[in-house]
Amino acid sequence: MSDLTKLTLKAALDGLAAKSFSSVEITQAHVAAVAAARALNAYVLETPEQAIAMAEASDARRASGNAGVLDGAPLGIKDLFCTKGVRSTAGSKIIGEFIPTYESTITANLWRDGAVMLGKLNMDEFAMGSSNETSAWGPVVNPWRSKGGNAQLTPGGSSGGSASAVAAELCLGATATDTGGSIRQPASFTGTVGIKPTYGRCSRWGVVAFASSLDQAGPMARTVEDAAILLTSMAGHDPKDSTSLPVETPDFASFVGKSVKGLRIGVPKEYRVDNMPPEIDALWEQGIAWLKEAGCEIVEVSLPHTKYALPAYYIVAPAEASSNLARYDGMRYGLRVDGANLTDTYEKSRAAGFGDEVKRRILIGTYVLSAGYYDAYYLKALKVRRRIADDFDQAFQKVDALLTPTAPSAAFSLGDRSDDPVAMYLNDIFTVTVNLAGLPGMSVPAGLDANGLPLGLQLIGRALDEGTLFSLGGALEKAADFRAKPQKWW
Amino acid sequence: MAIDVATVRKVARLARIAEPEDRLETLAKELSGIMNWIEQLSEVDTDGVEPMTSAVHMPAPMRDDVVTEGGDPEVVLSNSPKRAGNFFVVPKVVE
Repeated sequence: MSDLTKLTLKAALDGLAAKSFSSVEITQAHVAAVAAARALNAYVLETPEQAIAMAEASDARRASGNAGVLDGAPLGIKDLFCTKGVRSTAGSKIIGEFIPTYESTITANLWRDGAVMLGKLNMDEFAMGSSNETSAWGPVVNPWRSKGGNAQLTPGGSSGGSASAVAAELCLGATATDTGGSIRQPASFTGTVGIKPTYGRCSRWGVVAFASSLDQAGPMARTVEDAAILLTSMAGHDPKDSTSLPVETPDFASFVGKSVKGLRIGVPKEYRVDNMPPEIDALWEQGIAWLKEAGCEIVEVSLPHTKYALPAYYIVAPAEASSNLARYDGMRYGLRVDGANLTDTYEKSRAAGFGDEVKRRILIGTYVLSAGYYDAYYLKALKVRRRIADDFDQAFQKVDALLTPTAPSAAFSLGDRSDDPVAMYLNDIFTVTVNLAGLPGMSVPAGLDANGLPLGLQLIGRALDEGTLFSLGGALEKAADFRAKPQKWW
Repeated sequence: MAIDVATVRKVARLARIAEPEDRLETLAKELSGIMNWIEQLSEVDTDGVEPMTSAVHMPAPMRDDVVTEGGDPEVVLSNSPKRAGNFFVVPKVVE
């Protein structure tokens, strides 16, 4: 039955519909694969009994002719999503034993459509990180290894568990979230597809908040079509999230395979950064050539404020985080360490519960919001953010989408960059602009570097134009014909 | 702009995070490194630019001011670190 884990989500759904196998069978195959892959540390909580129970219920629905669009498909859920009755920790000790009494809207949408939950996926603490090393549960290991090497590589972050699980065939697809690149960079590092939709497309209700004006959930999957199927189920207006957009969700899968002939694709010259590995530059050129062959017109565009996106992000995101994470005070839920008085209890609980990177970001956020610095830093960053969004508005008057590399490197070794915060932040140099502007961005696996590690290309679209990204992503996927898989060592 | 030990101590207090004295120097260095890198924002001309406070182009939706859910203390208290009956137990707030 282990072959059932190798199926794409689409093929699995077709197989379930044709009754070639049952949901219990494909779920059991995944449960076994998950249990055999603990060396990857992708799951922080396995829920095999619940998975089988959900699979049995799915098989019963299908037998009675009531199957939903995802019925019987086993998925992994990033631990940032609250799942009712199932521990949800956001990768942090401070809510390390938190059992939500409610279900996030996105996971509720997936269960509505019949999906099966295999467990909760590891992640950087509160989604703050680019290598999964800030997780309270230890880093996730990338199933990919350099040719001839056995060093443990990062799957990227913060959705490292989602990326690793999808790449290692430990689920048919996974939920993930992206505040500065946390879906797209891990997708690039693991040869998987990830899309951060337009801000407001997916409800944030029940997703543990990091930086509320930037956070957006999306799927990770092994094909563009699979990602489209998942996003169609996850997305939709939700009155419980005041920034959820009151718009219809198209059938995103219907855009995959559509001709991209005549689309105008922008190539932003500012993304040609210093020290970019020549292989990534070459892959970008290859991507441009592929889209040209598919009938696209390539246009050079300028996004002049690109280099200021990361520093602006490192004011906006920590400022919002310092406010959002103020709720972890040890009073109504979460870790409490008793102190001499109320303030001492707050300070001790937060000191014991938060990891170093989270503390750093809370301190930065508190600093830039504190009296005397608010205008110089926070307000300045919001103005720079506007200029970045304006850059995109101008570019999208000339083009339909943009093509860039996803990340400035392939997966690096665990431990390599963990002692230099700024070096770690630079991972998101190509992805973070999209979050600031609220636009959709997708990473598609496009090739391998000289060490045999996957590299992704990023497509950026107009607000609410994920459909065009799925068409272009499908065209890139077809041209790249990326079939490489990590060699199983775990 | 360099962040000194006194500033870190003050900010940690504002953020309600106990940082031991022997960590302050390291934190001051790390935070200064990050803030120095952020300083490049001052190069951007932002005269007359409206700050961007939201990524969605719509007014905040309004709803009727009515209770939607509630009345279940067990649900509310189920993750409490300390409880007594239907109440949270917290340290004394008013001396």
